Amino acid sequence: MLKKEGQIRIPSGCAISGIMNRKGERFSGEDIIASIALMHERSNGLGGGFAAYGIYPEYKDLFALHVFYDDVEAKIRAEDFLNTHFDIESSGKIPTTKVSAITKSPMIWRYFIKPRKFKLIESELNEEEFTARCVIKINTYFDGAFIFSSGKNMGAFKGVGYPEDIGEFYMLDTYKAHLWTAHGRFPTNTPGWWGGAHPFTLLDWSIVHNGEISSYDANRRYVEMYGYKCNLQTDTEAITYLFDLLNRKHHMPLETVVKVLAAPMWQDIEKEAPEQAKKLKALRAVYASALINGPFSIILGFKNGMLALNDRIKLRSLVAAEKGEMLYVASEESAIRVVCQNPDKVWTPKGGEPVIGLLNEEAKV
Amino acid sequence: MSLNFNVPEFMVERNEDRCIQCEVCVRQCANEVHTYDEEDNKVYADETNCVNCHRCVLMCPTRALSIKKHSLEFRENANWTASAMNEIYKQAQTGGILLSGMGNPKPYPIYWDRMLLNASQVTNPSIDPLREPMETKVILGRKPEKVTFDEDGNMTTKMPPQIELSTPILFSAMSFGSISKNAHASLARAARETGTLYNTGEGGLNKEFYEFGKNTIVQVASGRFGVHKEYLNAGAAIEIKIGQGAKPGIGGHLPGEKVGEEVSATRMIPEGSDAISPAPHHDIYSIEDLRQLIYSLKEATDYKKPVFVKIAAVHNAPAIASGIARAGADVIVMDGYRGGTGAAPTRVRDNVGIPIELALAAVDQRLREEGIRNEVSLLVAGSVRNSADVVKAVALGADAVYIGSAAVIAMGCHMCQKCYTGKCNWGIATQREDLVKRLNPEIVSTRLANLIRAWTHEIKEMLGGMGINAIDSLRGNRLMLRGIGLSEKELEILGINHAGE
Repeated sequence: MLKKEGQIRIPSGCAISGIMNRKGERFSGEDIIASIALMHERSNGLGGGFAAYGIYPEYKDLFALHVFYDDVEAKIRAEDFLNTHFDIESSGKIPTTKVSAITKSPMIWRYFIKPRKFKLIESELNEEEFTARCVIKINTYFDGAFIFSSGKNMGAFKGVGYPEDIGEFYMLDTYKAHLWTAHGRFPTNTPGWWGGAHPFTLLDWSIVHNGEISSYDANRRYVEMYGYKCNLQTDTEAITYLFDLLNRKHHMPLETVVKVLAAPMWQDIEKEAPEQAKKLKALRAVYASALINGPFSIILGFKNGMLALNDRIKLRSLVAAEKGEMLYVASEESAIRVVCQNPDKVWTPKGGEPVIGLLNEEAKV
Repeated sequence: MSLNFNVPEFMVERNEDRCIQCEVCVRQCANEVHTYDEEDNKVYADETNCVNCHRCVLMCPTRALSIKKHSLEFRENANWTASAMNEIYKQAQTGGILLSGMGNPKPYPIYWDRMLLNASQVTNPSIDPLREPMETKVILGRKPEKVTFDEDGNMTTKMPPQIELSTPILFSAMSFGSISKNAHASLARAARETGTLYNTGEGGLNKEFYEFGKNTIVQVASGRFGVHKEYLNAGAAIEIKIGQGAKPGIGGHLPGEKVGEEVSATRMIPEGSDAISPAPHHDIYSIEDLRQLIYSLKEATDYKKPVFVKIAAVHNAPAIASGIARAGADVIVMDGYRGGTGAAPTRVRDNVGIPIELALAAVDQRLREEGIRNEVSLLVAGSVRNSADVVKAVALGADAVYIGSAAVIAMGCHMCQKCYTGKCNWGIATQREDLVKRLNPEIVSTRLANLIRAWTHEIKEMLGGMGINAIDSLRGNRLMLRGIGLSEKELEILGINHAGE
């Protein structure tokens, strides 16, 4: 039997796309599906997925869990745990429709929850950390249960199949978000486990990623020192945890996080002004093991926007475009033009140079 | 006195047709193997003293000489081998401890040779070091858990002292006394030329070498020879030597014959007196004492120098290393049982300590489990023989490696393992003036620098092949390693998969 993600490390190539409205105006999933569908040839039908921000305004203060269950027993065990630790405001099946290309789907459930007060006090953690730990716990110790989305007012939708089929399966044309990201996967060795598809998420973070990082085990062993468990053995998971550690736990601004993950070359650091060089040198010294090496392009979604980034010598394609309040990033320019024919500006970000799109002040969450 | 049962180990073969009786071999051999007989106009050899150092072979202008293993064989016996018997003859003769030089030569498994490296194919590209930057810079020193900034983006973290190396290779501790002044000078110059560090060993630092301070690690060992405030501040870092891979648990002994005028001045001991390093530091009887010494040294150097603590790799290395990290060391150094030495009791050299590969894997893993691996740097030694060993060490989790034996081989050492006799024909492990001057620091420092450059080139090739362009991304990246012919237990300790998995 083929081993699934988590039992073995599975590399994969891919297509990625992201669309955002900086004013916070929401739009349906049709464009993102059209964009990722254009890059059909970059995936092989073994994984597709989407992340959508701003889709649950009526529950915006609650953590929205999206969960895959292999069977009813797994669901009973996980719900028992959830009931002990959280107040569940609402729960139910995530609506899906029949698509001929999508088969063998697991049970897919959604919960809107908040940590139980006494549990939170007992744990001496804040809401986010408490929830993150519970998610990691379920994903590590509960066989047959996998939480694939756990942020507020956002959600991931993914599975095994081409991304456009996955989008149809989850009926994403019926959701409205101010930020959509998408992923089409080309794994080289997978039995087709739904949890293995992208995006990978933790709390509000979602990552879609193209590439195979060669620093994986160095990155994994580094983040695992700080309480993370890389259960899936995928690059995306490790990158998500790096963002979470640096930004949420070490309070590092995203512009600085980028300088760690796609660190400038030593030869370029030496050309900087002394104060800046000192700062960059300290970052590289302390966070040497957080440097992501090898080819990658990623789109990181978070509650206030998105960030797209290439590895520092640009071994993967990534194109960005703007039109009015809309910001687009994708593996190929054509995937942008198919939904935005005449952008105001199109550019190719350099290796290590991020494209950061933030919600305008009034639109911020 | 009874009959000496020991027979020569080697045979000197002289091609009489080629020999021109020039007597170069006579003058070159400090062991006095060759003698010239005027009456016969012939050069003879008493091979009892031959150590097979190749000096005469390489110096002979007519290539008349070769050295062979002696054909005088004992009856075959897998248990009572020739060396087992010869050692008994020696001890029966002298009543003494057997001495040896260099590292453990026994056929124990060499784990470097049981690990294979990865390379990129299709799914991610390999990187060509001739076309793309390939970074081998390493920064050693204690690291804070995180870097913090104020609201204006200014860094608020104060970085402890760090050392920058252009490549993850340093020269191991070898004292002035155990090796010659010219050998020391060669190491110092090569370190400066290649952007790395050499280590004084426990013999103090000759004033002439203070100019190499930025590339010097000054060592503080149990004998405290040559240690004073100026010395501590002379280098880029200080190393407390607790133990050494070649002789864990025991001290050192530099015989009085080697303590000439300069060694005496550098070590701050009387000329001709034996320099004895006790087995333990007499002010360190536990981990809390080590902490006090670390901080005394930091106080003495105004917290500007990182303090390394070097131990021999022994059974309980992970717990010890964890203690050292928590005692405040900036860098932990571990020396494996194959590490070299100028002199060690043979039984200790050959039987005490564990392989560095296993100790490194276990210590790196333990420090990670405790969440403190990123706070200290980890250096390993004993023995790293080539650039592939370096790459494998870094992939297992080392920040950098020390090379000692490889460095002396680059200087001309032929591994005759007789360093303790003081008669090194290559001018390395000797204080005899006529022998020392055979080693020209100008030439030999170039050989050392060449070695470092060659290995660095090879490291870059292997990194590029793995799709990595900074050594940082190799550190602890054990997925880049696969075991070959290893048991489940060995794989578990090394934290790697088997080839084919």
